[in-house]
Amino acid sequence: MIWDNAFAISILPILLQGLWTTVHITVVGTLLAAGLGLVFAVLRRLAIPVLSKVIAFLVVFVRGTPLLVQAYVAFFVLPSYGISFDALTTGIVVIGVNYSAYMAEVYRSGIQGVSKGQWEAATALSLPGTRTWGRIVLPQAIRTVVPMLGNYLIQMFKDSAVLSAITVVELMATAQAIGSSNFRYLEPLTLAALLFLAVSYPASRLVNRLERRYAPQH
Amino acid sequence: MRPSTEPQPRTSGVALPPDPIIRFENVSKNWGTNHVLKSLNFDVAPGEKVSIIGPSGSGKTTILRILMTLETPSEGKVTVDGDTLWDVSLGQKVRETRQLRETRKKIGMVFQQFNLFPHMTAMENIIEAPIHVLGMNKAEARERAAELLNLVGLGKHMNHTPPQMSGGQQQRVAIARALAMRPKVLLFDEPTSALDPELIGEVLNVIRNLAHTTDMTMLMVTHEMRFAEEISDRVVMFDNGAAVESGPPAQIFKDPQQERTRSFLRAVLQH
Amino acid sequence: MNAVIEYAPLLWQGLLTTLTVTVLGGALCLVVAFAAGLARLSRHRILRWPAGVFIEVFRGTSLLVQMFWLFFALPFFGIQLHPLTAAVLALGLNEGAYAAEVVRGAIASRAKGQTEACIALGMEPALRLRRIIIPQSIPAMLPPFGNVMVDLLKNTSLVSLVTVADLTFSAQMIRSTTGQTTAIFTTILVMYFVLSYLLTLLTAWLEKRFALDRKALTLQRKENILMKVGAA
Repeated sequence: MIWDNAFAISILPILLQGLWTTVHITVVGTLLAAGLGLVFAVLRRLAIPVLSKVIAFLVVFVRGTPLLVQAYVAFFVLPSYGISFDALTTGIVVIGVNYSAYMAEVYRSGIQGVSKGQWEAATALSLPGTRTWGRIVLPQAIRTVVPMLGNYLIQMFKDSAVLSAITVVELMATAQAIGSSNFRYLEPLTLAALLFLAVSYPASRLVNRLERRYAPQH
Repeated sequence: MRPSTEPQPRTSGVALPPDPIIRFENVSKNWGTNHVLKSLNFDVAPGEKVSIIGPSGSGKTTILRILMTLETPSEGKVTVDGDTLWDVSLGQKVRETRQLRETRKKIGMVFQQFNLFPHMTAMENIIEAPIHVLGMNKAEARERAAELLNLVGLGKHMNHTPPQMSGGQQQRVAIARALAMRPKVLLFDEPTSALDPELIGEVLNVIRNLAHTTDMTMLMVTHEMRFAEEISDRVVMFDNGAAVESGPPAQIFKDPQQERTRSFLRAVLQH
Repeated sequence: MNAVIEYAPLLWQGLLTTLTVTVLGGALCLVVAFAAGLARLSRHRILRWPAGVFIEVFRGTSLLVQMFWLFFALPFFGIQLHPLTAAVLALGLNEGAYAAEVVRGAIASRAKGQTEACIALGMEPALRLRRIIIPQSIPAMLPPFGNVMVDLLKNTSLVSLVTVADLTFSAQMIRSTTGQTTAIFTTILVMYFVLSYLLTLLTAWLEKRFALDRKALTLQRKENILMKVGAA
């Protein structure tokens, strides 16, 4: 018998604990990404001389480099400049910043999608800038962004396995640790895969349905 | 104009009426509870030019689409040139059969939206099917395509792609493309409805030429009443999934027998 | 910066490995994308169903889990893959599953009129796909394919975790021997960035090369709208 059922059952509780950490990373990371992404998108749109250009470049740079290497930089490089957190916090910040670059693009297209007439109407009513952004533009832009947010949440859930490389003890790291200490990788890795699938598959079906329901009417 | 009225039995040695090239027997088409065709019986004689008129949603286009096997009838039997195309009573599946494919080669279609292949030139559009479906050699196919392009007045446009051509030019290429397959029956599905008014004439001229010079059977759904009157041997008025009236153009347009035909013609000929 | 210069040959080796993995993974990805994407559109359930399961499983789990599974779990079935093989296989299958959805989507959204014109000309399904539908779908596939390839390139960094000596693996080695963390990681970040940028340029060039021309696309869109109106 290749598959050891008793072993599989015995390791399930620890794996579930790892899954919980993965979910924790995903939720906090997504909130961070959604917030930062919005800030980046608005700052870019405001066309502040140097700052907007710098942000535009950072967004492209983060999207063009591997998450793993970004995680290494945060884990190995930043402490030598006196910036250090525990692995979990570092992991959440890294993945949050990484995804904020993608979210920024989503917001940007959402903001671009708000018609020129809306801006003109706001000007005609002499609305102050903060009011125009806060009550007119962003509420319309974010409507189109919500389904994409769901997709990125699921993507981040799976990507967070990469953080095992910087000693964050999430699902993947747990499975690896069980494997190396028992010299049995089949059960922990297969169960880890099934747990990822058990969460992400229903979640993506749900997001698909939401997407269809909230799809903009042409 | 051709002196043609009701298609007469050809007077040969034996006094038998010609077998129809197209025959619809009790054909129905339902979309859920919507009855697009209601037990239609309809024959077309070989070489006959028939125009189908009537309001939108009356089922006109469905007749052509069933003949082109783009849609499946819900009930009834359709024969083309002696071959059974559809026979619902035999439990024929939606699936393609060999016979259906062979019979389909006798039919060509010109679409409202032209449906040219946008990634190919006019020439490539025309030679595509003769080479890959009929197995014609390339040189022969090109020669024939060049003739056909001349026939539709586009000899100089063979290397243009659809985006570089006007709607009228595209539709003329589409007609040449259909002719390249040497169909026995050519179907026209509102061939000028998607065209700007000033481009309609050039397409109608090509169709008029075909009607007068070939013995191909032509079946046309159209809103161009004057044109239908001019080129048809027979005009069929459709409404609500059924043929309301059928007869020579002179009768349908000058002396319609049915009130529904009269009111329809009043409405469309008013402007 | 000394470490970078001193260890340049090692970085160069790593870069070559990264490029090899990207090219092999990318090739496998394309094959998988068309095979699974077309199978997903098939009339036959026997093709459609396994393709669906494959796509959902590989999109639904982490690439890293897949790579580790192929490298560490497969030996329990008596199959010991070379690290490079496991890495390329995992990358190709994972990104291929994403790209399969691109293929499926691009082909499924083709204007219905094109298929009808093919039927009217007596073209059979295989011929339709090969001569008409796939060539027309390429322009629509290119931008998302470009994204998948950039993702694949970035994800090659994960192969370092199954002991393939790529760019990231080399950087880690140099870091642990020299301790010049900042210089090394900055260097490889820039190298990855340049590679991604080159891939983006390549995609843009291909898009221009294969474009049906803007007017043609507008026509298609118009036709799609008309079809929708007609169906309503």
